[in-house]
Amino acid sequence: MVWNEKFECMDSEEKKKLQLRRLQETVKKTYDNVPFYKKKFDDIGIKPKDIKSLEDIDKIPFTTKTDLQDAYPFGMFAVPEEEIIEIHTTSGTTSKPTVSGYTEKDIEIWAEVSARAVVMALGTKRDRIQNCYGYGLFTGGFGIHYGCHKLGATVVPISAGNTKRQIEVMQDFQSTILTCTPSYALYLAEVLEKEGLNPEEISLKSGILGAEMWTEEMRDELEKRLGIVALNIYGLTEIIGPGVAQECQEKVGLHISDDHFYPEIIDSKTMQPLEDGEKGELVLTTLTREGMPIIRFRTKDITSLTHETCDCGRTLARMSRITGRSDDMLKVRGVIVFPSQIERALLKIDGLTPNYQIVVTRPKNLDELEVKVETSKELFSDEMRKMEAIEDNISTIIQKEIGLRVNVTLVEPKSLPRSEGKAVRVIDERNFE
Amino acid sequence: MKNKQISIFIENKEGKLKKAIEVLSKEKINIRALSIADTTKFGILRLIVSDNEKAKNILEKNNFVVKENEVIVVEVPDKPDGLNTILGYLDDKNINVEYIYAFVSKKTNEAIVVMRLEDIDNGIKVLKENNANILTPEDIKEY
Repeated sequence: MVWNEKFECMDSEEKKKLQLRRLQETVKKTYDNVPFYKKKFDDIGIKPKDIKSLEDIDKIPFTTKTDLQDAYPFGMFAVPEEEIIEIHTTSGTTSKPTVSGYTEKDIEIWAEVSARAVVMALGTKRDRIQNCYGYGLFTGGFGIHYGCHKLGATVVPISAGNTKRQIEVMQDFQSTILTCTPSYALYLAEVLEKEGLNPEEISLKSGILGAEMWTEEMRDELEKRLGIVALNIYGLTEIIGPGVAQECQEKVGLHISDDHFYPEIIDSKTMQPLEDGEKGELVLTTLTREGMPIIRFRTKDITSLTHETCDCGRTLARMSRITGRSDDMLKVRGVIVFPSQIERALLKIDGLTPNYQIVVTRPKNLDELEVKVETSKELFSDEMRKMEAIEDNISTIIQKEIGLRVNVTLVEPKSLPRSEGKAVRVIDERNFE
Repeated sequence: MKNKQISIFIENKEGKLKKAIEVLSKEKINIRALSIADTTKFGILRLIVSDNEKAKNILEKNNFVVKENEVIVVEVPDKPDGLNTILGYLDDKNINVEYIYAFVSKKTNEAIVVMRLEDIDNGIKVLKENNANILTPEDIKEY
């Protein structure tokens, strides 16, 4: 099923016209109303009227996370404050949060794209959606919430945390769709198994999983253990929140609602645009937002695009699963390592759970990469040489994936921290000062 | 003739060994024999206890990884050549010993050795042929 056939299955020429018209409006709106953008345009001597085609977008400078932080709190708003009806922020764990302000129409757009996402993930009016994304300043909870309302499905706004209650609600309300981070879904699966519940005893049919990176192997694991179709959602507060893109059950990439968000892929070193199929950094421009239109936002997320029509009939641009973030990319002994590569390697080994932690240290000026994984009954042996062989084997498989020798440490089951939100996978203890 | 031993994965971290032992002691499980093999990163605690099932359950409940294995418990004459003789019987038949550890008992003056063999059935046969005194689970209870 498609929520909004007119836009989701729009002819590509017609779409381009729509995108151009909306891009021109957005550029004009930001130039006239946001001093930051006016200055950026004036600095390089271009005017809104210079944007005559979609390709002209690469004349416009990028917007970075730092730009948004500098504008904290309301410097990027393009409308008078009385028109803003809601505010969200990023978590701001490492620095100042970035703020997103929504007008009534922005909330309407958010509900629309999020409804599309829920429908792509098999949602109908008759479904009960257990929404375990956090409600609050974080965009996760509310985005899905608005989408469910728009669709007319039943949303269970349980928010994050309190696993015992989650399981109770899942059983008692017979939730059919689960929304949370993949790592929390895995934790829920563990708890269900511990309580002796089979996937058949719960009613879940699909999962809308996102807000962190995950792999195909993790998908297989979750589908098997929870008895669901596990689908990827993508979004970011700077642009709107969850619902920017979502996988349909074809599982061939995430459909970007590109009538509202214009995607580009760039080479993050040369800043040059890349072709369909080429991997690079995703750059997004909002095409319809009023409260806080953003032009050419560098997401730092590594992916690639295709504009081919999906078997589901949607013509929306598709992005591949995110394989890394240019900022949680690790450089170890000069080699680029993404945590997702290590996850993929670990899931190839029977008896290993995808709970892992990567610790990077630099004793004696040389980087050391340690991967902590939880041991299990299947892996454990009373014989030391077999245990050492297991560590070696895991280390070899990871080495094949990333090209670096790693030190594997087996730890006790359930001893690595479980997270109710985004899992902390990497601890970098190197001191670069 | 076979005895059951349980092995526990112990992370090489402060308090981890104590935690395992404490879990057992709270359940009033008696440890009859014990050995630890360790690397800098982890250890394998091997135990012969009074009640395997109970020990396994309570350890697993506390998130330990536990495995049960079959071992041979054999009496070794408490004299200079005692252990060497017993190992010689196995060596002659190319039976590989994975590891051994010893414990003493109040009931006998002989030493008692726990052996983990690659081929336990063959090992038992060879030891029997050479009249070594292999102890049963019943025997150990009394020791």
